[in-house]
Amino acid sequence: MTVLDLSPDEWSALALSLQVGAWSVVVGMPLAVATAWLLARIPFPGKALVDGLIHIPLVVPPVVVGYLLLLLLGRRGPIGAWLDAHFGISLAFTWQGAVIASTVMAFPLMVRAIRLSIEAIDPGLEAAARTLGAGRLRVLATVTLPLAAPGLLAGAVLGFARSLGEFGATITFVSNIPGETRTMPLALYTFTQVPGGEPAALRLMILSLVVAFAALALSEMMARRLRRRLDGGS
Amino acid sequence: MIQIDIRAKLGSFALDATFDVPTDGVTALFGRSGAGKTSILNAVAGLLRPTAGRIAIDDTTFFDSSEGTDVPISLRRLGVVFQDGRLFPHLTVRANLLYGAPRDPVLAAEPPSFDDVVALLGLGALLDRRPPGLSGGERQRVAIGRSLLMKPQALLMDEPLAALDGARKAEVLPMLAELRALRRVPILYVSHQMDEVVRLADTLVLISDGCVAGVGPVEDLTSRIDLRPLTGRHEAGAVLRGRVASIEPEWGLASIELGQQTFTVPATDLAVGQSLRVRIRARDVAIAVAPPSATSVLNALAGTIVNIAATDGPHVDIRLSLLDGQHLWARITRKSAAALRLDEGCPVYALIKAGAIDRHSLGPPPGSEDELA
Repeated sequence: MTVLDLSPDEWSALALSLQVGAWSVVVGMPLAVATAWLLARIPFPGKALVDGLIHIPLVVPPVVVGYLLLLLLGRRGPIGAWLDAHFGISLAFTWQGAVIASTVMAFPLMVRAIRLSIEAIDPGLEAAARTLGAGRLRVLATVTLPLAAPGLLAGAVLGFARSLGEFGATITFVSNIPGETRTMPLALYTFTQVPGGEPAALRLMILSLVVAFAALALSEMMARRLRRRLDGGS
Repeated sequence: MIQIDIRAKLGSFALDATFDVPTDGVTALFGRSGAGKTSILNAVAGLLRPTAGRIAIDDTTFFDSSEGTDVPISLRRLGVVFQDGRLFPHLTVRANLLYGAPRDPVLAAEPPSFDDVVALLGLGALLDRRPPGLSGGERQRVAIGRSLLMKPQALLMDEPLAALDGARKAEVLPMLAELRALRRVPILYVSHQMDEVVRLADTLVLISDGCVAGVGPVEDLTSRIDLRPLTGRHEAGAVLRGRVASIEPEWGLASIELGQQTFTVPATDLAVGQSLRVRIRARDVAIAVAPPSATSVLNALAGTIVNIAATDGPHVDIRLSLLDGQHLWARITRKSAAALRLDEGCPVYALIKAGAIDRHSLGPPPGSEDELA
């Protein structure tokens, strides 16, 4: 077996990682955009508290976040029990649960990147749009978000990258089930724990690097295209 | 009638401005930087909420603290042209122009049409470009077009020429003078440049330290000595209204009729019969006690001295009443005034070199839409 020959287990870890990462971005972005916009543009009481809560995943150990998710969303947790009873949805020990764990961990990074780019927009442009008859939502859709596009892209890439690297919260909340919740980092860790697992661990390490670089290169390409558009090329 | 009554607190700056001006024509809000002109405009646009007061244009009340009325910015339908243009950098010029275009078909069909705006402002070649690649003058022209195409019920202009250099200003100023031919709506025009005010405005509101120091027709306020500290020493002068009597193309001159007298200005692109405003700076006017002869000065207007105001320096400012009742200012040295024994009531001649009247001193008169349309 050469370095690049992947076993079915390794393929499944790669596919699962990409799936969880993509879904984290899909689920996290709308919420992150809404949160970033609120924090950047709308004054409201308790803003500092909300800001602090969002940043918790950055400052506490991921295992703590994972355990908290397990307590809240686990089958016997207050939210988890309710979801199970009313919708038959169970998040614990499923790949959807892994998406939740990744999203929560990536959320502060996404919000931060988007918020900074919204704050960099001249509020005078938004005011001008309002004098031209646009309501708040139309201003958001036609002025704020297009101008914040580089920040949205950065937020999405950061979120995706953070999801690929998620380990602690995932293994605590949804465990390490092959084909269901065993993403690349979990698979790599598992291989290092079994005799003879080193070649597989090495392959997954290289694969992780390749995926990360590919994501970076793609985002850099898109960022350049966006910058060209905003800088006046037609 | 535009009714403005605003009280607002901006940090340590207090705004307390009340004035009514006619809706017909251009009203200039004139004053030094920091006097509160822009704040008044922002309050009308809805971008600044006054602590108390009332803002209304004709039958539409935008703000009334006693009734609790405060129409949202997006529903006021007031076209704002900002000093810095504020074009959307990610949209083409065409998309910028159409950003505020009304969806209501009746309103959308009102003048001016897209093509008329593009033609007047010379935007045809720019439509597919984006704002970051435009010059300052081009940007302001797009901003003006954008505010017209939202079919506003009034235009609010916040020093639209202030960010432009001399050449760009000369490119945009004549277009501003013709705006009312495209859409007859009241215009509030904030400026600290007297030449723009004289060229464009009918009514002048003098703003000083957040208060209104004077309201009235441009000609009246610019010739009032008590307002001189506000209208500006360098700018001191008066505005005369006249009618073009004849053109002398071989000399490049036009004769302007002021009652019984005529007045010559260097311009040929005027129409005979057209009425006109001419701004004459006090420092360009000399005084003679006898009708001058054998002089290069083309203009000698007979009049009487109304009063003489000493300035703190070697000059005096003399206010003359011309034969047709219009007023003129002359700034001469105290020494000359003494030598000529000038006093109130003296009949004199005001000497004005035609060359001192430049293109910027000639403006369309109030209510001149008929000639332009």
